[in-house]
Amino acid sequence: MSKYSTQEMVLNMGPHHPSTHGVLRFILQTDGEMMVKATPDIGFLHRGIEKIAERVPWQAFMPYTDRIDYLASLNCNLGYALAVERLAGISVPEKAEYLRVIGAELTRIGSHFIGAGAMLLDLGAVTPFVHALRERETFNDLIEMLCGARLTHNYVRIGGVSQDLPAGFKEKCLGFVDHLEYEFLDEFNDMISYNTILINRLANVGVISAEEAEDYTLTGPNLRGSGVAFDLRRDDSYSIYDRFDFDVPVGSGKFGVLGDSYDRYWVRIEEIVQSCRVIRQALKQMPESGEVRTKLPKLFTVPAGEIYVRTEAPRGELGYYIISDGGKNPFRVKIRTGSFSAMTIIEHLSQGVMVADLVAIIGSLDVVAPEIDR
Amino acid sequence: MYSAANQIYIFLHDKLAGHGVPESAIIIASYAIPCAIVLGIISGIAGMLTYLERKISADIQNRVGPNRVGPFGLLQFPVDGIKLLLKEDIIPDAVDKKLFKLAPYLVFTSTVLASMVIPFGGSFIVADLNIGLIFIIVVSSLLVVGFLMSGWASNNKWALLGGIRSAAQIISYEIPTALSLLTIILITGTFSMQEIVMAQGPWPWQWFIFHNPFTFITFFIFFISSLAEMNRTPFDFPEAESELVSGYNVEYSGMRFALFFAAEFSSIFITASLATAVFLGGGNIGMHPYESGLGWQLLMVGVFFAKAVPLCLVTIWVRWTLPRLRIDQMMSMCWKYFIPISFVCLVMTAVWMLALGGDGMLWRMAQR
Repeated sequence: MSKYSTQEMVLNMGPHHPSTHGVLRFILQTDGEMMVKATPDIGFLHRGIEKIAERVPWQAFMPYTDRIDYLASLNCNLGYALAVERLAGISVPEKAEYLRVIGAELTRIGSHFIGAGAMLLDLGAVTPFVHALRERETFNDLIEMLCGARLTHNYVRIGGVSQDLPAGFKEKCLGFVDHLEYEFLDEFNDMISYNTILINRLANVGVISAEEAEDYTLTGPNLRGSGVAFDLRRDDSYSIYDRFDFDVPVGSGKFGVLGDSYDRYWVRIEEIVQSCRVIRQALKQMPESGEVRTKLPKLFTVPAGEIYVRTEAPRGELGYYIISDGGKNPFRVKIRTGSFSAMTIIEHLSQGVMVADLVAIIGSLDVVAPEIDR
Repeated sequence: MYSAANQIYIFLHDKLAGHGVPESAIIIASYAIPCAIVLGIISGIAGMLTYLERKISADIQNRVGPNRVGPFGLLQFPVDGIKLLLKEDIIPDAVDKKLFKLAPYLVFTSTVLASMVIPFGGSFIVADLNIGLIFIIVVSSLLVVGFLMSGWASNNKWALLGGIRSAAQIISYEIPTALSLLTIILITGTFSMQEIVMAQGPWPWQWFIFHNPFTFITFFIFFISSLAEMNRTPFDFPEAESELVSGYNVEYSGMRFALFFAAEFSSIFITASLATAVFLGGGNIGMHPYESGLGWQLLMVGVFFAKAVPLCLVTIWVRWTLPRLRIDQMMSMCWKYFIPISFVCLVMTAVWMLALGGDGMLWRMAQR
């Protein structure tokens, strides 16, 4: 040991750091600007949602699912409703299925705007984030028309949706989808996606190979960014997704290596286009009139049994494992979320990158803290 | 041939020398008065730039921006200043108190010192030093001492990282800045800011930016390196709010924090002024800056600001458009591209001067 030995610096990134996307903590070991390792420390947002499920009736748990991932609450509603319906054998009216798909895909668009926008914000580009939020505002208006809420939607019910779509929704929704696909995304990509600085920041950073992505159980856009074409909407179809024609965008190493941060970002941008396509088809096929909710008693019981239902949420596989003992409350609800899976790989990815790259990696994995902790 | 300071000296000397006021007091006063005026003007401009920054960023982002305090929100910046002035001055326990208190003053001083030799048009220059340009390069390097000091003294790892980043960044980008300014020195043969302005003309083809193709390149190298020197996006590593939280100034609050920001915004204006004076003809309207009447001199000031303010706006515009580079990319950009290119420009300008006898390119065409 020389007299002037150096030691690694231990930095606390979070729990309140601007780019940890919620209350999330990373313990960084750095050698100056170079990272040695980043260890995630999760649990700051643990609210015991799974335990709450055991204490409330089946239907009363629905508002809590909003809080699992507040950026995509409708998708969380949908997963829970599907699980309970399959376990109890409840059928859903045709029109409700379409409304669910429209809502879920709109939420996916809104969520990807935040996901991509927040990552750009972390890279220092404030303006694209604000532009993405401007479009999300239209999405909020649409969802408000549909269910009256702007953030925690609580739209899906067991056996349908809470209410039919209002007059004027269809036209506005079509206008929004057209605006996104034909105007906004072009402008957005010109502004930031093809920006040389952004490409230099994201390409070849945080590369996840397809094997690694599967080993670390990554799901959703993070898995597809590594080139694995696996989308539950297509490969394990639920609801009425098999009636729609849409592609599954996968990473292609657009500007760097396959599976780098740019691929994950680009998969999200392309998924917005695919969601637009699904919404357009759903609006076209949707029956004009009909029931939107199967009548169920206020307190109903679900036959004893267990089921695992997985759906494709914006942040990857959202799975509900539900055990019923035949009572009026669930016996056990286990929720599997995409962000939790994504957290596992951060320690591996963070070795030997720079502090600024870690921010890009966290942003490109699109983790949301409440979804990790539940 | 009198600058404003000399004129004040003559005025004070006439009035006071007969009444037993010592000569040294008159000399100090004749420099202190314009210094105070320039300090006031620079602070006011820095305040206006904070307002402009918020308003322009609001326009870029489809927002409204400040619009509540005064007409169009124009009084926002004095109100912000008063608020920061009245805030409790928090000095954390574990900081190195002397350095912690000294750092913001050092940063602000080094920024404002550069404004002392900037010719704002006509005789409005505090001191027309014969080493003016070198003086600017030297005092603006003092900035890094202040940043490093605040980063170290804060006893905060994020602040320390910010301070070290700014040291690496400012020292690196000092070189292309100085080299690109030296290109102009080759043409003028003088460091005096007023003489550099006087060597140019009122028309664009008489400006040094269009003197030859290499000065055209050095103008952009100078401008981009200056962005890096004043820590603006895409080079805002020392404060990178999403990586280092707020960097070197994370522990500061109240007026000390405001001083850092006053320094940042005055350096935007000073850099724009420097680019205007050195590359864009300054306030030159084809008349002698000292011997023409006051009306013409004020017109020169108007011309100067008409060139400098758009450059400030470009700086703001760039910040709200581009994402941030990574620190290694920024360093390689400086050492691999900017320094060699600016050095080549320096040499090629010398060759140009030899080959064409010192004439500008467009200047020659205009003669024909």
